[in-house]
Amino acid sequence: MRIGIILHQEIRSLTNAHISSLNLNTTMKNLLILGAGTSGTMMANHLVKKLPKKEWAITIVDQYKTHYYQPGFLFLPFDIYSEEQVKKTGKKFIPKGVNYIQKKIEQIFPEENKVALEDETVHYDILIVATGSKIAPDETEDLLGPLWHKDIFDFYTYEGALALRNKLRDWEGGKLVVHITEMPIKCPVAPLEFAFLADSYFHKKGMRDKVEITYVTPLSGAFTKPTCTTALTYLLDEKDIKIETDFAIERVDNENKQIIDYADTTVPFDLLVTVPTNMGDEVIERSGMGDDLNFIPTHKHTLQSKEHDNVFVIGDATNVPASKAGSVAHFQAETLTDNIILFTKGYKLKEEFDGHANCFIETGKNKALLIDFNYDQEPVHGTFPFAGIGPLKLLKESIFNHWGKLAFRWIYWNMLLKGIAIPFVSRNMSFKGKVFDIKAEKQHV
Amino acid sequence: MDLTIAGIRLDVTEEGYLTDVSQWNEEIAKEIAQKEDIELTDKHWEVISWIQEQVKNEVALSIRGIKKSGVLNIKEFYALFPGGPLKKATKIAGVPKPKSCI
Repeated sequence: MRIGIILHQEIRSLTNAHISSLNLNTTMKNLLILGAGTSGTMMANHLVKKLPKKEWAITIVDQYKTHYYQPGFLFLPFDIYSEEQVKKTGKKFIPKGVNYIQKKIEQIFPEENKVALEDETVHYDILIVATGSKIAPDETEDLLGPLWHKDIFDFYTYEGALALRNKLRDWEGGKLVVHITEMPIKCPVAPLEFAFLADSYFHKKGMRDKVEITYVTPLSGAFTKPTCTTALTYLLDEKDIKIETDFAIERVDNENKQIIDYADTTVPFDLLVTVPTNMGDEVIERSGMGDDLNFIPTHKHTLQSKEHDNVFVIGDATNVPASKAGSVAHFQAETLTDNIILFTKGYKLKEEFDGHANCFIETGKNKALLIDFNYDQEPVHGTFPFAGIGPLKLLKESIFNHWGKLAFRWIYWNMLLKGIAIPFVSRNMSFKGKVFDIKAEKQHV
Repeated sequence: MDLTIAGIRLDVTEEGYLTDVSQWNEEIAKEIAQKEDIELTDKHWEVISWIQEQVKNEVALSIRGIKKSGVLNIKEFYALFPGGPLKKATKIAGVPKPKSCI
């Protein structure tokens, strides 16, 4: 009798346990983040604080162990930063409560709400794609020829920036060509900053007279924004940097050390620093979710994928017409966090993201510029972030801006990745303390 | 900004791009092309209609996109519109200047 009761109770408790585990599986929902770079890591940190733990499990997938501070790749070639300053273990930045899977992503099946990893399949209720963009040097004929990483370098990868640093240490001078293959590229001002920093670097080494710097761009001017070209072209003259515009590269002539464009214009080089075509990750192509360059069609104000309601895209992986830059990802992350929460509750998404970008531009000799712009508003003059006070000045060179850029590395590792709001910097572009008519401003000066 | 092309008063941008595609006609195209030192051949017209079609379908124009056009290759595109082919061809086609510069 007693035994019967105990057995009965055990069976009942077993059944209860079984039912509750079933309930757990059916009520727990999965939010999956692909990519633990700047955007993915920020989203994990934001969402772990916002999504109810009893209802949502958060998983992030990235095959790589190391998280690079990519803005540092600009400084690495000039021995301004060391290797240690630009990389850390990625796992350190993934918060507790988020499941971190270090595996290769094989394919996304958006129609079936699942993602195939190298040896398992993960189902999701909401997917955030943060797979970024990377260089695709094989898109240009003979770029990956015998001179690659000997006399031709990229600085958009850790390996490229490091190889270039070693080359520059003993380079004796000649024709330095800084080149952009095609737009869009990650951090569109970086190649120009590279040219400015190169001018400084060779001056400092006492060999500027031995180096001829040419900036070659597929655009019609040095800057991607017309107002910048108006306000800042003097910098090129001041630094004696020659410019070749409207150059659409067709191929590299390794033998004669020159680049050739479709109009048969040639630019000779002794040292070529190129920004190859930038493309979204191959997994986007394998999953049939991208455009020609593997960027995912994304609603530019909500960051929801245009094809699938429960798929969101952030950072360099999107096709939105904003700069591919960490500052943009940072502003996007704030809007996307709100939209994910709204989506889980079945509310309408905020059409909020305005393309806000905020970039420091290193101009060499310990000075920098700061530009602030969005989808509709060109970069403006004025002060940032406080109207009339600054301390940072927009569209003007200053030493303070340079300190700002260097301080940003600390902000990146300690605040930005962890999703801590940067004081006084708002997600949407603020119109306070800014001058919107550059011509009017120029007359004042 | 106003500009009179082929006897018609048109709204254009500072760089001379039509702001209203519906104002475009072949005479306007010929005159803009002439200013760019381009004489329009059948191949040019084919490219112009392809460009207009892309813009109508809200497909972003790029040099890369020419590869897939099925109309011509990039080399031919440069030969037809020397200098900045995308800038010139869009101006002649009466469509906005491509925003490939972000």
